[in-house]
Amino acid sequence: MSYSTQLMMVLPELVLSLGAILLMLVAAWGGQQATKLVSWAAIAVLIGAGIALAGPASAGGEAFGGLYRPDMFGAVAKAMIFFAAAVSILIAPRFFQTSSGDDLRPEYPVLILLSAAGMGMMVSAGDLMSLYVGLELQSLAAYVLASFMRRDTRSAEAGLKYFVLGSLASGILLYGISLVYGFSGTTLFAGIADAYAGERSMGLLFGLVFVFAGLAFKISAVPFHMWTPDVYEGAPTPVTAFFASAPKVAAVALATRVAIEAMGPAIADWRQIVIFAALASIIFGAVAAIGQTNIKRLLAYSSINNVGFALIGLAAGGEAGVSSVLYYMAIYVVMTLGSFLVVLQMRGADGQPIESIASLAGMSRTRPGLALALAIFMFSLAGIPPLLGFFAKLQVFVAAVDSGLFVFAAVGAAASAIGAYYYLKIVKTMYFDEPAPAFAGKTDPVEGVLLVLAAAVISPLGWPLLGYLEVFTASAAKALF
Amino acid sequence: MTGFPILSLMLAIPAVAAVACLFSSANNARWIALCATLIDLALGIWLWASFDQGAGAAQWQFVEHVRLFGVGGVDFAWALGIDGFALMLIMLSVFLMPICVGASWTAIEKRVPEYMAAFLATEILMIGTFAAQDLLLFYVFFEGGLIPMFLIIGIWGGANRVYASYKFFLYTLIGSLLMLIAMIAMILNSGTASIPELMSHDFPVNWQTWLWLAFFASFAVKMPMWPFHTWLPDAHVQAPTAGSVILAGVLLKLGGYGFLRFSLPMFPEASAQFMNLVFVLSCVAVVYTSLVALVQSDMKKLIAYSSVAHMAIVTMGLFAFNHQGIEGAMMVMLGHGLVSGALFLCVGVIYDRLHTREIDRYGGLAINMPRYALLFMLFTMASVGLPGTSNFVGEFLGLMGVYKVSTWAALIGTSGIILGAAYMLYLYRRVVFGDLTKEDVRAMPDLNAREIWLLAPIAAAVLWMGVYPESFLKPMRPDVERLVERMSRAAPAGDSQPTAGKPAPAGEHHGATAAEDHQAPAAAHGEAH
Repeated sequence: MSYSTQLMMVLPELVLSLGAILLMLVAAWGGQQATKLVSWAAIAVLIGAGIALAGPASAGGEAFGGLYRPDMFGAVAKAMIFFAAAVSILIAPRFFQTSSGDDLRPEYPVLILLSAAGMGMMVSAGDLMSLYVGLELQSLAAYVLASFMRRDTRSAEAGLKYFVLGSLASGILLYGISLVYGFSGTTLFAGIADAYAGERSMGLLFGLVFVFAGLAFKISAVPFHMWTPDVYEGAPTPVTAFFASAPKVAAVALATRVAIEAMGPAIADWRQIVIFAALASIIFGAVAAIGQTNIKRLLAYSSINNVGFALIGLAAGGEAGVSSVLYYMAIYVVMTLGSFLVVLQMRGADGQPIESIASLAGMSRTRPGLALALAIFMFSLAGIPPLLGFFAKLQVFVAAVDSGLFVFAAVGAAASAIGAYYYLKIVKTMYFDEPAPAFAGKTDPVEGVLLVLAAAVISPLGWPLLGYLEVFTASAAKALF
Repeated sequence: MTGFPILSLMLAIPAVAAVACLFSSANNARWIALCATLIDLALGIWLWASFDQGAGAAQWQFVEHVRLFGVGGVDFAWALGIDGFALMLIMLSVFLMPICVGASWTAIEKRVPEYMAAFLATEILMIGTFAAQDLLLFYVFFEGGLIPMFLIIGIWGGANRVYASYKFFLYTLIGSLLMLIAMIAMILNSGTASIPELMSHDFPVNWQTWLWLAFFASFAVKMPMWPFHTWLPDAHVQAPTAGSVILAGVLLKLGGYGFLRFSLPMFPEASAQFMNLVFVLSCVAVVYTSLVALVQSDMKKLIAYSSVAHMAIVTMGLFAFNHQGIEGAMMVMLGHGLVSGALFLCVGVIYDRLHTREIDRYGGLAINMPRYALLFMLFTMASVGLPGTSNFVGEFLGLMGVYKVSTWAALIGTSGIILGAAYMLYLYRRVVFGDLTKEDVRAMPDLNAREIWLLAPIAAAVLWMGVYPESFLKPMRPDVERLVERMSRAAPAGDSQPTAGKPAPAGEHHGATAAEDHQAPAAAHGEAH
């Protein structure tokens, strides 16, 4: 295969990397004034990368001797990632402008681009090395983003926590990778799968456990979730929205690919881990969220809870399972970004962001539209029909029941009722309580449009889209088998 | 899709009206809601009028089918269609809705547009639940109904509304989620989500047990059956009047409809297996909740407990596996929907005047509110099951059906009617009779025109059902026939063993024959009632 064909296969990442480097130069010379230009250019780059997905980047096959897999699975995950990254750039300026501390600097979109390039690498990795490099590129950019408000102690704390715990996770993952490599003799997923299919040594099993532990860290599944609430709370809200969406999709997709492509023959072994992590995440995410008073922490626990549901699809395995994971994540991304868009509107009279749940009291009377949107997202996250969150949950439960995991599905479903409780609490605060002082300021037009779009997609108006989603996720799942 | 999509239209009109309500003033919202519900009522009457009840009519009429999208390889279709059961329950819903809007006309003062929108959303979800022919679509409507009801109780309810709304929501949600898993299993086992096809699909008997239990978890809570009924008194007491009407009138019927539509025809063997469980729970419910109702000091709570007792007769009738039982259960559902709705309205009328539901605060209303006393008495008698009113027909048929299967269950179930008479008459005596000693009660005006317009149609319907139940039984009869035939392979042998009576030779005294043959159906009926 010629080198140029292979480069065409990695075109999305190429566009992102070159775009990021170029914009970094613009940022370096343009300084603070270039922020707006760089932001819009970064969005253009993301759109360009998204268009590039339609070409050889999703046609299947492999590039660079199997290091990279330009298949439909990666393409669908990347489409979600690029979309979430673009939204994270769009919602940033207003937040940094009104809140005290640093203004938005042009590094922000550049870091997001770099992170997106890393995520693209992650979800298309066909080898443990390219997996790790992609993961680190994503993580390093994310650590900086978490502490982007340099003068804000919470932001700095979040960045440091994220860095230390993330490095620990990377270490665990790397240890697992080295074990797998040591006992299988290869880092290529295909070769690893062969090793797992044959006589299995104890080392391979340990490698599997460590790899999954490292991945659980990245997707913030219980019991490796402890960094999530602190980081989500401390990071600037647009960055939190980013963390809860794009890297989440990337990590879940990565875990899916590793589980199916590299360790598929050992499904009986990793299924136990995934089932435990799924149920623990669902139950713990739900129970721990009940006592929260900060909306960003609550959404952090909600993301832990949601990852648990996505893992139900992974535990189911098979094509149906994989497609249900992507299906779940696609709807989850819209719901989460929508919720954070509402959080972004929570500002006091002085323009400072407010994060307490109590401040939402009576919002249905002070800001009815905003309250309706958040209520839609909350009911949807709780999985109540006819909102799209229900179909996402339905999809993973269908996959689980299809592979005979009846009890698992039933427990997961029953536990989702616990989660419903804290989502209801938000709705109750907005609709039943007496109004608190209204949030100040008008909604930014760009954010308003995004918010309306997200709410419309999640409402029954979004039903027509589900047909397309089904087709895309099904063909993505096919690529892994 | 065949013919005019009248069912979709019935769903679309409240949807459009709900959105319109959100964007209009309080007074406009009231009128929009009233018009929309009246149009739906008119469409419902049209539906009933054009429902083919003749011999050889199709089981499913007004069928619509559009595939929407796939979910995990399963088709999710906009499949609507009704049979006689669904027709009657849809009629009940559209009949009660304008009355609910009217009942909220002045009682609801704050956030009227949202209130009306929530009510219209409830109407969509109720009609949709009864009309859905796709398992997942059914679930979407069934479960979606929680959202507006949660808001209605929580925003416009009484002092303890938040607790009641949470309890209502979470209780019903947990039950339904188990049902969802069972539905997925059914779809994967049979390869179809179409309810008519599933109704003739034979599931393996060991599957049926689990599926039945999962459905039971949902419907028993919704119904509600003892001991899953505790959310109901809370929800009723806290909900605004119209919320209680719709809750008691229609939402409780979803559980009974579920048993009728899913548990019985889809899992006949499991239904037979669990028949005794249902009978025991129902018998406990009848006696226990009737006794609890007897000592209530809150009027709404009393009627709420009486609902649980009436619903227990429905479950017994349904699981009797025979014509009388099922027809009786349906009639009790319809009758109870009207009567309990009317009773909640009656409570609402005096609550609006005195703002208390304490029974002791009233007394002697017959003196200053004669029209109210008359209508309240009619509904009290109907609730007791007086012949000539709607509930008599249903309870008589239902208990007769139960007698054929289990004489003990029939005996205990019948005691509910006696206890029912006790608590209802006791309530009526304390509120309406006696001396008019309290000043504020004396100042209460009699029913105004609006309130008469709300109660009179229900009174007419209650009498119609009691005097000529054939209008309501006829559309359901072929469906009852099919259901009984479908379940016949699992029907349990009864302990009453009714045998055909020996026709007496001409001239012999009739009573003597009946006395000789204790097992004769005629005697059985006498004992059952």
